[in-house]
Amino acid sequence: MGGHGAAAFRPAGDGSHGSSPGSSPGSSLADVTDTLPSLHEIIETATFRAGFNTNMVILGTALLGLAAGVIGVFMLLRKRSMTTDALSHATLPGIVIAFLVAERLGFEGRSLPVLLLGAAVTGVLGVVCIQAILRHSRLREDAAIGIVLSVFFGAGIVGLSYVQANAPSGSGGLNTFIYGQAATLGLADVALMGGIAAAGIVAALLLLKEFTLVCFNDAFARVDGWQVRAIDLAMLGLVVLVTVAGLQAVGLVLVVAMLIIPAVAARFWTDRLWVLIIAAGAIGASSGYLGSVLSALLPRKPAGAVIVLTAGAFFVVSFVGAPKRGVLAASARRLGLTLRIAGDHLLEAGHEAESEALSKNELRQTARERGWSAALRVLVVLWLRRARLVTRTAAGGLRLTAGGLERGERVARNHALWEQYLISHADVAPSHVDWSVDQVEHVLSEDLVRELEAELSLAAASSRADNRQRGGS
Amino acid sequence: MIAFDIGLDLFPMLAGTLAAVGCGVLGNFLVLRRLSLMGDAISHSVLPGLVIAFLVASSRNPMVMMAGAAVAGVVTVVLVELVKKLGRVEPGAAMGVVFSVLFALGVLLIERAAVRHVDLDADCVLHGQLETLVWYGAPETLGGLLSLETLGSVPRQVTVLAVMAVLAIAFTALLFKELRIAAFDPDLATSQGVNATVMHYLLMVFVAAATVASFEAVGSILVIAMLICPAATARVLTDRLGTQVVCSVAVALVCGTGGYLAATAVPAAFGLDAVNAAGSMSVTAGGVLTLAIIAGPRHGLIARLVRRHRLAARVARDDLLTLLFREAEAGLELVTDERIRAGLAGRPVEAAIRNAARAGLVHRRGPAVALTPIGTTTAASIIRRHRLWENYLVDQVGLAPDHVHAVAEQLEHVPPSPPAGPTEDPHGRQIP
Repeated sequence: MGGHGAAAFRPAGDGSHGSSPGSSPGSSLADVTDTLPSLHEIIETATFRAGFNTNMVILGTALLGLAAGVIGVFMLLRKRSMTTDALSHATLPGIVIAFLVAERLGFEGRSLPVLLLGAAVTGVLGVVCIQAILRHSRLREDAAIGIVLSVFFGAGIVGLSYVQANAPSGSGGLNTFIYGQAATLGLADVALMGGIAAAGIVAALLLLKEFTLVCFNDAFARVDGWQVRAIDLAMLGLVVLVTVAGLQAVGLVLVVAMLIIPAVAARFWTDRLWVLIIAAGAIGASSGYLGSVLSALLPRKPAGAVIVLTAGAFFVVSFVGAPKRGVLAASARRLGLTLRIAGDHLLEAGHEAESEALSKNELRQTARERGWSAALRVLVVLWLRRARLVTRTAAGGLRLTAGGLERGERVARNHALWEQYLISHADVAPSHVDWSVDQVEHVLSEDLVRELEAELSLAAASSRADNRQRGGS
Repeated sequence: MIAFDIGLDLFPMLAGTLAAVGCGVLGNFLVLRRLSLMGDAISHSVLPGLVIAFLVASSRNPMVMMAGAAVAGVVTVVLVELVKKLGRVEPGAAMGVVFSVLFALGVLLIERAAVRHVDLDADCVLHGQLETLVWYGAPETLGGLLSLETLGSVPRQVTVLAVMAVLAIAFTALLFKELRIAAFDPDLATSQGVNATVMHYLLMVFVAAATVASFEAVGSILVIAMLICPAATARVLTDRLGTQVVCSVAVALVCGTGGYLAATAVPAAFGLDAVNAAGSMSVTAGGVLTLAIIAGPRHGLIARLVRRHRLAARVARDDLLTLLFREAEAGLELVTDERIRAGLAGRPVEAAIRNAARAGLVHRRGPAVALTPIGTTTAASIIRRHRLWENYLVDQVGLAPDHVHAVAEQLEHVPPSPPAGPTEDPHGRQIP
């Protein structure tokens, strides 16, 4: 034990940090703020010059992030994100059992490959149990995941407490897999992690076509003769690999974050699979790199948590600021559309008024009829004035400019055309068309308007011809 | 007799069982609404709430910590909704993002608390610390419990859990109708004046509260197990929601007490120290659920296998009778086993004959079999259904006469027979 991770879980009064000046009991929050590292330290750490151990941690977590990001994409697209949570929790009993078996057989129980092998075995077993529950009972996937997660983890805890109380050499260190302990990573550990991660990435890229097919249309894949279950199993196998690789660095509770968050964050930026895979891998790797650099620089920061929070920061930035799917962009788009539609309605009303202007009262009445909020009313007027479609009159009303009149006329014309079309071609009663027309009139393209004009004038001409014929005979 | 020490075992067992009951009742609606993982997410993400409440209040006042955790629980629900709706993220992924980030925040904040000499142990958050609820100076016998002193020495954790369990049961009982309609059909609920969104958040608040109340004593893993496993077990056992809720409480009771005894008594029998009780309760819950899935009365694996086997036997018997009937129509009263084996290819012919003979439908004549009078009547009604179905499929559905036999062959086994109708099937055979 030792390093960052251990300090977090040691009970109070532990000597490891009792000597630091800010740690007297009852001190205020300000006292415990960490001393910031110097620029020199930051550059040293970030460029792999801060000592062998730190470098190993940074390298290992960055590799892990890369692999988890790439493989997480497929879990996201297959809508299996939470399955990974069950899987990672299910590794705990495997670790304990592997330890006990190894000790019994006279090996060193704490050797990492042995423990990770055990973890992989029960991880897979957990997934198999989920599939079995889904197949043989009427429970849904969410319940199956929760059951496997809690029962396997409970078994792991029982095992841990058994080892602690009864095993001759004590459990020392087995429970570090729960929260991870990046600070103790050595060269062999990183080599193992890196090897697993690299194998995972290569396998994912080799199976890219199969994974894509199953993610986007599993029914088609089945009809086309693919072994969907085998492909799914391969995918879960890769998730097991990444989970097992991440156990030591970030711990089994948080390794699921490495699989889910980069993929979800990357999804905001693109609709293309290739880009998504590269972006998720990049976000995962940067989270691992930045997170472990940060945790190396700031004292008492467990690397696993910092890495996950870094990934969380990437997610928040993507969620808010991504150009197309981000919340800001989506709200801006929606506001723009609302303003344009409201503006069109106002111009239409102005065009229909004989004075080609709207008095203050008429403006309010339109707003009330359309159900606009006060803020929207003000915004619409502002927007129309900025676009030079209206000017303000002395009495506080609005006067349409030449451009505004033209636009109002166009909207009114679209309205009439579509209304006519619905009545004559879609058999909608004249008393029922107004509402739906109000929505469609804003989105009629130029081409469609021309088509409507042609169609309706033809209809009008033929009906005139009909009348003439009838009159003649 | 199981070794049961009142001082050591009574309160931990009580705490675990109460937590199991409180969570188990609420879990019914989570499982029904496919929100099971919300319990998982909430129980992970109350961690930062606990720590922040502690850092702000600078004390381990349980009310403050509970308030903090409850707020964190509701914040989780709101955040998941936000990410799901605004970001158009798949629900599972949205939950995963929110709870893992919040949990990481909690782990980081515990670090700060540790600096200030606080005994907030992240492991305890997962495992719970049932074992610390020791009652010093407990009476030696069960009879000694019947005194006022007992009430006075109940630890705070047990009191909190008891209150929570009572509240959860009262909530479910009083709002049962509303919870049910909101769970099965939110739109109908809203149109009937029950606000489904309000019910959703109310349920989530209760789940968060139950999680928080259970935290200190039993840890988050048991919370997740008890929110999901008893309700899932009950769901496998019954089709009625009322029965399911009652059943889930019973299962929770069994898991709580049984799991505790398994943790203490079983290792003791082998001369080992007790293992973690919360973990053992989760494992017990898993065991009970497995048992229910395998041996449940209607939806269990065994029950379904037996049903399938019986159906297969009946179909084989029916097919034997119709085969004999058709042969009799062609003038052959006695049919040899060999012929039957050819007609019922791949089916257990011997068993079918034995079965029919025992029911008095056929009788054996040396190497051949013939229908009894009762057998003839039974076979006639099956044939009648078969040929009427063929008629219907040709006349009403519009299938070609040479395509209807296979369909009719399956439908003929389903009673009842229609009373009257045409007298000839599409192939020109008489309908008995």
